[in-house]
Amino acid sequence: MKSMLPSTRGLVVLAAVLAALPLVLPNSFYMDVAVRIAINAIVVIALNLLMGYTGQISLGHAGFFGIGAYASAILTARFGLPPVLALLAGAVAAGLLALLLARPVLRLKGHTLAMATLGMGIIISIVITNEVAYTGGPDGTSVPGFTLGAWSIDGESAWYAVVSVLLLATAWGSLNLINSPIGRALQAIHGSEIAARVAGVDVTRYKVKVFVLSAVVASLAGSINAHYVGFVTPGVASFFHSIELVTMVVVGGMASVFGSIVGAALLTLLPQVLSQFEGWETVIYGVILAVTMIFMPRGLVPTLAARWRPARAATPIAALQLKPEGE
Amino acid sequence: MLQIENLSKSFGGLKAVQDVSFAVKQGSIHSVIGPNGAGKTTLFNLITGVYVPTSGKILFEGVDVSGMPPDELARRGMSRTFQNLQVCMNMSAIDNVMVGAHLRLSQNLLGALLRIPSLRHSEKACRDEAAELMHFVGVGKYVDAAASQMSYGALKRLEIARALAARPKILLLDEPAAGLNHTETAEIEALIRKVADSGVTVVLVEHDMKLVMNLSDQLLVLDYGKKLAEGTADQVRANPDVIAAYLGAAA
Repeated sequence: MKSMLPSTRGLVVLAAVLAALPLVLPNSFYMDVAVRIAINAIVVIALNLLMGYTGQISLGHAGFFGIGAYASAILTARFGLPPVLALLAGAVAAGLLALLLARPVLRLKGHTLAMATLGMGIIISIVITNEVAYTGGPDGTSVPGFTLGAWSIDGESAWYAVVSVLLLATAWGSLNLINSPIGRALQAIHGSEIAARVAGVDVTRYKVKVFVLSAVVASLAGSINAHYVGFVTPGVASFFHSIELVTMVVVGGMASVFGSIVGAALLTLLPQVLSQFEGWETVIYGVILAVTMIFMPRGLVPTLAARWRPARAATPIAALQLKPEGE
Repeated sequence: MLQIENLSKSFGGLKAVQDVSFAVKQGSIHSVIGPNGAGKTTLFNLITGVYVPTSGKILFEGVDVSGMPPDELARRGMSRTFQNLQVCMNMSAIDNVMVGAHLRLSQNLLGALLRIPSLRHSEKACRDEAAELMHFVGVGKYVDAAASQMSYGALKRLEIARALAARPKILLLDEPAAGLNHTETAEIEALIRKVADSGVTVVLVEHDMKLVMNLSDQLLVLDYGKKLAEGTADQVRANPDVIAAYLGAAA
């Protein structure tokens, strides 16, 4: 129970921030940014389960995001499917693809998943660009609004409410998972694969499980994003977007759910803020990332959390110093 | 309980373990000793499924388990610790111990995501048991600590706690006293005795002769991957081959 408190407290703070933001944000432009941040944060949390907690890198997560986005776009606009069914179809497709890819690849040691997902992401991106008849090619295609029976999501405020709830649910579910036997097994795989195996963890199965889960969540977020924006372009599935997602995980903090949200927020905001430095924004962006990584290699949230809680770390360290080590 | 028959393992041309046979009785403490490079750790890795034997058989409770992966062996009641520590430094100390109980806990993904009440209860019980185990092995003061905050000696005990959390029938300890001072070694000796008294069969690889001689019911001496001798502590101590291997052939 004691160890549950920090994550519960974090969820309460997150809920409060999400509830308070609409009161503070001056206009719908900021609401739009907030919605984009929340959607990104959902994907980044899912990616962090894979990267930060389990230690497996995916360089193709935008591909799964793209599958969701285009499944929703194509199935609703061209085949007249209800948005919910299209969203679920995208999620199933992304999950199956992840399963097919991961099963053989994750049996192998090393960073094979990074290479495989890199290739997969690029292939998805090429298919989307070339299948002009369905996807609209490089020009993209429009997506109808999200409706469920008679209910539809209209306007920034309604979308904000929906994605806030989804973000909270994702954070809550992820924290639950991390603090479960499965979550410990995933972290043990990261910490010492051999120790995990000796403890009875079927390492390959767990890696596949978290990869599929992560891909499904990315696809769902892609669908939501497509309906929200009302338009999809191949950019959502691009390699650059995959790298952006990885960067959000790393800057916010590996193995930190709240770090994922901060990372998503920061890297979604930064380009907006930097756009006034015409032509130099990419350079400044790069410098900020480099400096963050040099001074906070564990990412923003874990580093700051450790700094603000020195009292908790002090006791065991003091105990260590009293104990003579070795001979 | 554990029977090794003509076990061999080669790495390319190097025969790390050659035609080794021995049997471990239930409830006993069985030690494997030998000079550096004698193949002790390789033998351990073969028994625990980390390596696949080139030839020979490993029978665990009468079942041929040779070549089975470690997680399958864990399911059958085998647990081990490592010579070079394998503690997950990204986790808290108690979570490390709880990983040991993995197979006894629910592995339902949906239940985990929703944190269903039954999971909440089993987690609480597991956490309490893990804390108890940490006290049992003598690292109780680290219950709220991160693994990265623990000393080397404490981490060795934490590994034993993790192995015990699986409630194993047989526990293989790979050099539990390596890198420890005399006081700590004596404490580890007492701990191993406690573990064995609780009904767990112990197989031990160790360099510290005092510890080995004090604890072992049976000893197996390896040299250059081959079985050199076996028997009780007194029998092994009196064996001229063993003396030659340890002190040089001239002796």
